[in-house]
Amino acid sequence: MMRRWRFIAGLAWRESRTARRRLLLFMSSISLGVGALVAIDSTADNVRSAVRSQARGVMGGDVTFSSDNRFPDSIRALIDSIGAAGEVTVGTSVTFTSMAYAARTQNTRLSQVRAVGPTYPPFGDVTSEPAGQWPVLQSRQTALVSPGTLIALDAHIGDTLSIGFAQFEIVGTTNSVPGDPGLASAIGPRVFIAEKYVASTQLLGFGSRASFETIVRLPAGVQSPKWVAPFRPRFQDVHIRVRTVVQQEQNMTDAIARLADFLGIVGMIALLLGGIGVASGVSAFVNRKVDIVAVLRCIGATGPQVLAIYVTQAALMGLAGAAIGAVIGVAIQFALPLAFANALPLDITVSVVPRAIGLGLAIGVWVALIFSLRPLLALRRVSPLQALRHDAAALDRARMRDIPSYLVNAGLVASVIALAVSRSNSPQRGLLVAGGIGVALVLLWTSAASLSYVARKIAAHRLPYLLKQGVANLYRPANQTRSVVLALGFGAFLVSTLYLVQTNLLAQFKISSDAARGNLVFFDIQDDQRSAIDSVMTASGETSLGATPIVTMRIQKINGLTTEEWAAAHGMSARHWSLRREYRSTYRDTMVATEKLVQGKWFGAATDDLPELSLEMDVATELSVALGDTVTWDVQGVPVSARLTSIREVNWGRFEPNFFAVLQPRALRDAPKMFVLVAAVSSDTVIARIQRDVVTRYPNVSSVDLSLVRRTVTEIVGRITVAVRFLALFSFAMAVPVLFSAVAATRRDRLREGVLLKTLGATRSQIGRILLAEYSLLGALGALTGMVLSFGGAWALVTFVFDGTFAPALLPAFVIAFVMMTLAMAIGMSTGREVFRETPMAALRES
Amino acid sequence: MLVASNLQKEYPSGTGTLAVLKHVSFSIPQGSLVAIVGPSGSGKTTLLGLLAGLDVPSSGTVSLDGVMLNKLTEDERARLRGEKVGFIFQTFQLIPTLTAVENVQVPLELRGDDGASERATSLLERVGLADRMDHFPSQLSGGEQQRVAIARAFANSPKILFADEPTGNLDGVTGARIVELLESLNRSSGSTVVLVTHDMGLAERADRLIRLRDGEVVEDRSKGSDAPPLPVLPAGVIAR
Repeated sequence: MMRRWRFIAGLAWRESRTARRRLLLFMSSISLGVGALVAIDSTADNVRSAVRSQARGVMGGDVTFSSDNRFPDSIRALIDSIGAAGEVTVGTSVTFTSMAYAARTQNTRLSQVRAVGPTYPPFGDVTSEPAGQWPVLQSRQTALVSPGTLIALDAHIGDTLSIGFAQFEIVGTTNSVPGDPGLASAIGPRVFIAEKYVASTQLLGFGSRASFETIVRLPAGVQSPKWVAPFRPRFQDVHIRVRTVVQQEQNMTDAIARLADFLGIVGMIALLLGGIGVASGVSAFVNRKVDIVAVLRCIGATGPQVLAIYVTQAALMGLAGAAIGAVIGVAIQFALPLAFANALPLDITVSVVPRAIGLGLAIGVWVALIFSLRPLLALRRVSPLQALRHDAAALDRARMRDIPSYLVNAGLVASVIALAVSRSNSPQRGLLVAGGIGVALVLLWTSAASLSYVARKIAAHRLPYLLKQGVANLYRPANQTRSVVLALGFGAFLVSTLYLVQTNLLAQFKISSDAARGNLVFFDIQDDQRSAIDSVMTASGETSLGATPIVTMRIQKINGLTTEEWAAAHGMSARHWSLRREYRSTYRDTMVATEKLVQGKWFGAATDDLPELSLEMDVATELSVALGDTVTWDVQGVPVSARLTSIREVNWGRFEPNFFAVLQPRALRDAPKMFVLVAAVSSDTVIARIQRDVVTRYPNVSSVDLSLVRRTVTEIVGRITVAVRFLALFSFAMAVPVLFSAVAATRRDRLREGVLLKTLGATRSQIGRILLAEYSLLGALGALTGMVLSFGGAWALVTFVFDGTFAPALLPAFVIAFVMMTLAMAIGMSTGREVFRETPMAALRES
Repeated sequence: MLVASNLQKEYPSGTGTLAVLKHVSFSIPQGSLVAIVGPSGSGKTTLLGLLAGLDVPSSGTVSLDGVMLNKLTEDERARLRGEKVGFIFQTFQLIPTLTAVENVQVPLELRGDDGASERATSLLERVGLADRMDHFPSQLSGGEQQRVAIARAFANSPKILFADEPTGNLDGVTGARIVELLESLNRSSGSTVVLVTHDMGLAERADRLIRLRDGEVVEDRSKGSDAPPLPVLPAGVIAR
């Protein structure tokens, strides 16, 4: 038995001789899909390894305690006692934003200042340029800055930098600081000073925003979650966040997993598109093998033997296609860190991941096999009589439905579901993705069937002969309407969906930056500094667009219940962020352009004695509050109660002050507050001058040049655009072999018909016009159906995955549809070229 | 021994059926060379297909070496062909992707026989193609291709060999050589040979001639006999 199957394997290999190239072309449809999966899985694995080995370095220790407020004395005493025990190392830091001002160049820039204690960071080494400058911070009033800060301020080492009311000598730049991700310095300038000089900046007064952090390094072998467990409640009672290196690792791994999930689904859909290409290509292959199979059947081959011969060929070529994909995947894996070197807070060591390659190969071969099996199954039933008397319709009869074909179909559906579920982070999402793919395929199939039906009706009418021939090709026996519409439509669906998602995401950025009212924002303005800053503006010939008051507060009670009681009554965690966070709220009488009322009525409608409160809809849901509920706020020690009378939807994407909670002015008018001031300033030079004037007079006031932010956003958007375009181009590149395979399925029929027409006197141009009519209709239907489906796919992704609002971008979608249609026509018309190359005798003999 | 008994083959045609073979019965003893002749559309190829188990009759039976073909499944008939039947076609039907020697090996490999390569080489030497073994069909002349097909047909030492117009695509001289080769192999192997042909010259060289017209046997005579054409035989009667 074994010997017989060995012979069959040998026969399969020899028999594939002339078909290997063609079969490999069909199988190459899966190469890019496999490549995508291998690249994604390998990169995710490399990043996960880096996270495991570097999470401690990224965090700068094993446990961090952080808060937006200075730690209470009791906690500081506790930390001191922990440090005094000698087993652990404790490092402290305070991080705040401030304007950095370079005296020599008179340039200013909003920077993040990290003031560090002498033992910071407890884990890892800081590298600086020149080397060894980190300890210098503690010995005199000096600063180390990120390289971007020097560029932004046009400063150099040795210059004096003003932070608030203190001056620091720049002694170098930082290359890497544990606990300070590289990505952060890519986004904004960073300045490092010693913690002991913070007081001299006079920036951490009332209402200032700062983050206080203590990092602990544990002795080797001590598990951070276990170590911190006894302290955790004491810290959390005073609103201090506790984070361990294990959580850090988990967070980073989760983020990578989410990205890998999304890309994995794109890769999987690309692989399924490849599967469609394989099925079409193998159909064409089967057409060519009918005569050989008939002879094999005559000389004693059984159905299972015939199937084994061709399944072996498909598996071998599938393996080759998948192997090519794996090589592409590894190449992409090695190229990715070059493209995103600065975007990750980790040093990624790129190494080949055999598991990812093995998985990619296995999935690739499986997809190639399961999609091949459907057309190959027909070969079992080819009658040996074919060898005596050729019957063109024999294969159609052989394709009749039977139990194995139902089993293969069921296997195909199960494979798609299994793939979708395995590539998704939840079975539900996997089933949704599989369902979406199923709906897309059914709709494409239906539109192809409808086209055949409509073509039959149209062809019955009076049409010019050549057009009639082209239209008739859409419903005649051996038509390619279904295979081409399916392949083209699915390809167009994939490319267009990716592009629409990109356009929608980027449009949100664009709206945000364009629609902002002003281009210069000042914040942390004290009450008594408002008029002075207005006068700086007026002196420069500019006016402010208004100042927004900000009051910091926490929730004390809801409907008379403490936050703990409210949480217990509503099944929430007592530590739920919405109950414990510090709210930075405002008061005003009117709504602003970034808000939309979704429930209740705006202030003024209620007749209650209590001031009115409006909450943002998500936070209202998180708090489990409803209209009419009373929220009592702790406004810096003073309880202020307010009745919830409206709920708003807020567009957070815009560069304008937006708030979770807005109160009636009478509730907060007398509370201690800060202001944010927005101005529309005419030019970049005036912005720079106003910033400089304000920072020299009021060092506590920070400002942001929105045009700079816009440029940064544009740059980030540009990177995302390139990445998504790469994905779209990748998918488009996949569509080419798939479409070739789809057209190849009926190539011989088209060739024979064309040559027959030529023999009967048709000219080159006449045959060309027949083909043009057929392929332009196929191309238009496939591309347009794919485009319509892509609106659904993109809507689902934008709404449910990216939490955005979908707006159909018609022009790009039409452009993609047009390109796909042109591609289908070009590939189809290439058949015409062969018609002219082939002599009638050769084609007739072949038929 | 090959026995056809009351064979009928009908195909659906429009609203009714078209009878291609009508009550055909005969038996062929082991080792004979039989020619089936008749005009186009007389049912020759259909009869050949039924005798070889390539198709199933609408009614009637075929017994090949004591095995009733109609009692076998498609795959069992295929296995039987692999063991006992050889084929030669008008269009040679060599597998274009295999070399001459590989084509001859195929039936042996399908059976899982050891020494397939040696036997194929020996057969090709016997048909005079020792120097063309590694050539692909497209590199061989029509006569050479048919000789490869004959070698393939005899590879599994068949009890019976069916030849469908074996000289139909060959010139006269080459055709004659092919017939001589067939006769020689028939004599040396003891295989039964059933020929379907238009070529009366070839048919006359057979031990026995069966003539079909409109799906019926209208003549069945042995070499040297002057018997007149047989009338249509009643159902169930085996000729001779």
